[in-house]
Amino acid sequence: MAEVEKNILKPSKPSPWNDPAVRSMVFQAVALIAVVYFFYIIFQNTLHNMETRGITTGFAFLDKSAGFGILMSLIEYDESHTYGRTFLVGLLNTLLVTFLGVILATSVGFIIGVARLSSNWIISRLAAVYIETLRNIPLLLQIFFWYFAVLQVLPGPRNSLEWQETFFLSNRGFYAPAPVFEEGSGVVVGAFILAIVLIIAIARWAHKRQEATGQQFHTVYVSLGILIGLPTIVFFLSGMPIGIEYPELKGFNFKGGTNIIPELMALLWALSFYTAAFIAEIVRAGILAVSHGQTEAAHALGLRNSPTLKLVVIPQALRVIIPPLTSQYLNLAKNSSLATAIGYPDLVAVFMGTTLNQTGQAVEIVAMTMAVYLAISLTISAFMNWYNKSKALVER
Amino acid sequence: MSGFTEIQSRAAPVSSTGAIGWIRQNLVSTPMNTFFTLIGVYLIYKFLPPLLDWAIFSANFAGSDEHACNSGGACWVFVKQRASLFIYGFYPSEQYWRLDAVFVLLAITFVPQFFDAFPYKKWFGIFSITGLPVISYFIISGGILGLEHVETESWGGLSLTLIIAFVGIVAALPFGVLLALGRRSNMPIIRTMCVIFIEVWRGVPLISVLFMASVMLPLFLPEGVTFNKLLRAMIGIVMFQSAYMAEVIRGGLQAIPKGQYEAASALGLSYWRSMTFIILPQALKLVIPGIVNTFIALFKDTTLVLIIGLFDVLGAVQSAIVDPNWPGVATEGYVFAAFCFWIFCFTMSRYSMRLERKLHTGHKR
Amino acid sequence: MKKTITLMGAIVAVGMFATAASAATLDDVKARGNLSCGVSTGLPGFSAPDDKNNWAGLDVDTCRAVAAAVLGDANKVKFVPLTAKERWTALQSGEIDMLSRNSTWTHSRDLTLGANFTGVNYYDGQGFMVSSKLGVKSAKELDGATFCIQAGTTTELNLSDFAREHGFKYTVVTVDTSDQSVQAFEAGRCDSLTSDQSQLYGLRSKMSNPASAVVLPDVISKEPLGPVVRKGDEQWFAIVKWVLYAQVNAEEMGITSKNAKEMRGSDNPAIKRVLGSDGTFGASMGLTEDWAYNAITQVGNYGEMFERNVGMNTPLQIARGLNDLWSRGGLQYAPPIR
Repeated sequence: MAEVEKNILKPSKPSPWNDPAVRSMVFQAVALIAVVYFFYIIFQNTLHNMETRGITTGFAFLDKSAGFGILMSLIEYDESHTYGRTFLVGLLNTLLVTFLGVILATSVGFIIGVARLSSNWIISRLAAVYIETLRNIPLLLQIFFWYFAVLQVLPGPRNSLEWQETFFLSNRGFYAPAPVFEEGSGVVVGAFILAIVLIIAIARWAHKRQEATGQQFHTVYVSLGILIGLPTIVFFLSGMPIGIEYPELKGFNFKGGTNIIPELMALLWALSFYTAAFIAEIVRAGILAVSHGQTEAAHALGLRNSPTLKLVVIPQALRVIIPPLTSQYLNLAKNSSLATAIGYPDLVAVFMGTTLNQTGQAVEIVAMTMAVYLAISLTISAFMNWYNKSKALVER
Repeated sequence: MSGFTEIQSRAAPVSSTGAIGWIRQNLVSTPMNTFFTLIGVYLIYKFLPPLLDWAIFSANFAGSDEHACNSGGACWVFVKQRASLFIYGFYPSEQYWRLDAVFVLLAITFVPQFFDAFPYKKWFGIFSITGLPVISYFIISGGILGLEHVETESWGGLSLTLIIAFVGIVAALPFGVLLALGRRSNMPIIRTMCVIFIEVWRGVPLISVLFMASVMLPLFLPEGVTFNKLLRAMIGIVMFQSAYMAEVIRGGLQAIPKGQYEAASALGLSYWRSMTFIILPQALKLVIPGIVNTFIALFKDTTLVLIIGLFDVLGAVQSAIVDPNWPGVATEGYVFAAFCFWIFCFTMSRYSMRLERKLHTGHKR
Repeated sequence: MKKTITLMGAIVAVGMFATAASAATLDDVKARGNLSCGVSTGLPGFSAPDDKNNWAGLDVDTCRAVAAAVLGDANKVKFVPLTAKERWTALQSGEIDMLSRNSTWTHSRDLTLGANFTGVNYYDGQGFMVSSKLGVKSAKELDGATFCIQAGTTTELNLSDFAREHGFKYTVVTVDTSDQSVQAFEAGRCDSLTSDQSQLYGLRSKMSNPASAVVLPDVISKEPLGPVVRKGDEQWFAIVKWVLYAQVNAEEMGITSKNAKEMRGSDNPAIKRVLGSDGTFGASMGLTEDWAYNAITQVGNYGEMFERNVGMNTPLQIARGLNDLWSRGGLQYAPPIR
């Protein structure tokens, strides 16, 4: 009797072709085989094509001497260095423009985003015009505009715009004085590092004290004082070991000083101002997402406008802002590859451009380049995920 | 009760209506606010008059060659003279009417989408993404019904931009839906493949994808099989954008309450039926703004094809401004191209905001 | 169901665009009915679209001659404009049948790129163009200067060799296309534009004020420019090679596009061999016997091709110089057809 009941309660076993588990297994197996076969075919084709056409393969080219010059390099580079070195030079240039772009875009974006919410009608309209204009025009066009229509019409180096014979702006770029580190300058650099360590320690101590006693401490002013004061005192005490080198017009161009090439300027501005328009919208949405009741409650507690913003609104807005902000940073990093259109020597222009051309090894080089961008993307998103977690709502 | 002190009547409250009240509230409510107003006014004063002067008042509209541009303002004559290159590219001039016909078809199918009351609006929408691409392809490419065949190498200018963008938009959506469903699937292998596909495409720059599609794809194919450069560029753009689209749609799928999935299964609907009739209509509706934003991004990204040697509207402008007969017209060319893109992108973004408002059924603050 | 439709649509789309073919380029070209030829994105005199958007130039005519020899019609060419960066990959991948894009023949390109140079249609050398305002007379005075160059060319390598030899310091601005390099040079982004001399003349004619620039007399390298084909197809290699040789031979024998028809009846056996009225030279390459006749009547002999595109009566005004026939002191020398 019990036996029969059990059989009735148990669902009838479906035939294998109707069993969802079996079906899903079969379906996945077919998909897997199809994909593996697809890649196998591509791999075979590529090998066969490269062999019949006599294309060199492998990574041996990385050790060969490159023999071409690069406009800008953060590390020592000349023609005698290897193709592997050109990869590094390009990568560092990409990282440089991404890093500067993230900083500039974030600052401009926050300012515009807050301005968009301003109670001042004119300011909020101006911000709206900025956002609607810049984000609806392709980035490549903006890069071309800055480079060809703005920077290339500047005068040549001999008639450059100057300020106090110290800063020069011409179609060769922006020249500024550069610090020259003489002997003994290590002490000053050491003092600077020491100042930073001190500031971190003070900030920690102030935070702890406030948690324990409620007393506040003027961390910002003290930090600024230490940051400027300490290295300055050491600088004078050690006999001023850091000099300044001014750019000077010699021969065809300026010599000395630091130079920001117009390609970098055009790319950086276009990237930052374009991305800033998106960040501004993200910031606006984030701030609007914080309920007005929060501000009212803070005011009711007696907080003034600035602490309300700093302690109540922004920490909550950041939670909404961070995820979309991450994807904007990722876009910025990838969009920096448009550098190749105006000749800024980034990874795509130098490595996937010139190096690929001199060696003809497209498959290896494109694979390396894509892998690098993938790594950059994954790193930025991992970092932002971590930051997001540290800012996320801690529920008790 | 002896003293009666007269209390002065208070001044009327500050007007908060009318022009003065508006100015008081919005422009000069606090000293800080006044300061910002002054900055804003200064910026407008500094930039707007010279801009208007350059673009309109002292600009040159009449004439046919570079000598007509002598007033110091913008040289719109250049844009006027090169308009056919910018819009039609190298398409044979006696065949322009075919592109015009496609433009008109596009307008006819898309304009009704902006009017709620328009009858058969839905059918126009469906036609625009099913029948229209096929018909347009045959009109533009020709080779049938006595139309002369036009090689894709001759396609260019704004019409090429629109073709690439339109094909991209129509193809990226279904691929995006499939990928999003795959990523939410409970089959581990399918899920992993979709995750890898999405993350790889999202992690690399479009320019390297296009480069690969334009010069390396033939290396992957069996010997002797090649296909059209334009088609390869389109495949690259579609793959790239469908990965972004998948993430947007995934957001919508995640927002659908579990009860909806369970209710669909309880009704005995199969996976595909429950997705098609229950889940996707709700999920897609939720993420329409995100989808339109992806479309806008795709539209702007079409400019990158110029780096692989296709001749879109920016490519046409870029090649026209180096003409030695027209010195110093770079800005005019870029402004024209920017205007073309701006019009389309701005319209799309307004459309998405309108939809968002229409579909927003929650409580507003 | 929807999926099936999408899939079918994709297959149909690919089917419409794709062209499958056998391994031999010749059969491929014949089946397709046109020759796919890689050219530059715009270099006056060599390959550039003219006012009516027709391609013209020495490199373009080289392609046309091959099309005339193979298909009997010099107009059956599909020109694929390529940047310097794209050209090798496009050739390797089979996107184009031949590359005729002012490309320099070097050892490494010949051996590691999977490419075969078929000959030289223009002997060139790298030179420098500077603004006449600078007052520079020789390339050796350019120490410390900024140079504009095109990405992916031998120019980049030669410049660094030259600089090392003379102990120069220099800066390079690398751009993608020759248009951009002129644009940058005119705007003053660089002091000197360096490229093959023939290109410099062509690019100078593109400037809004050509008189403001001078081409320096120094030539710092050997740049033999010629058509290139993929490795691994001997027959196709021979065809592209011998079409050019036939044109050079024709000039030597005095055969022109105008008189080729009459010359066909000539008693000179060498002329008869070139024009296909004697021997089976076409058949041995898989072509008809009037291969060279078609190329010469439709495109012309080498001298005609040169004068029409870059000669003294064109804006480029280049003298024959090294590109004259060997019999007149130049380097153009073709093996005999026999």
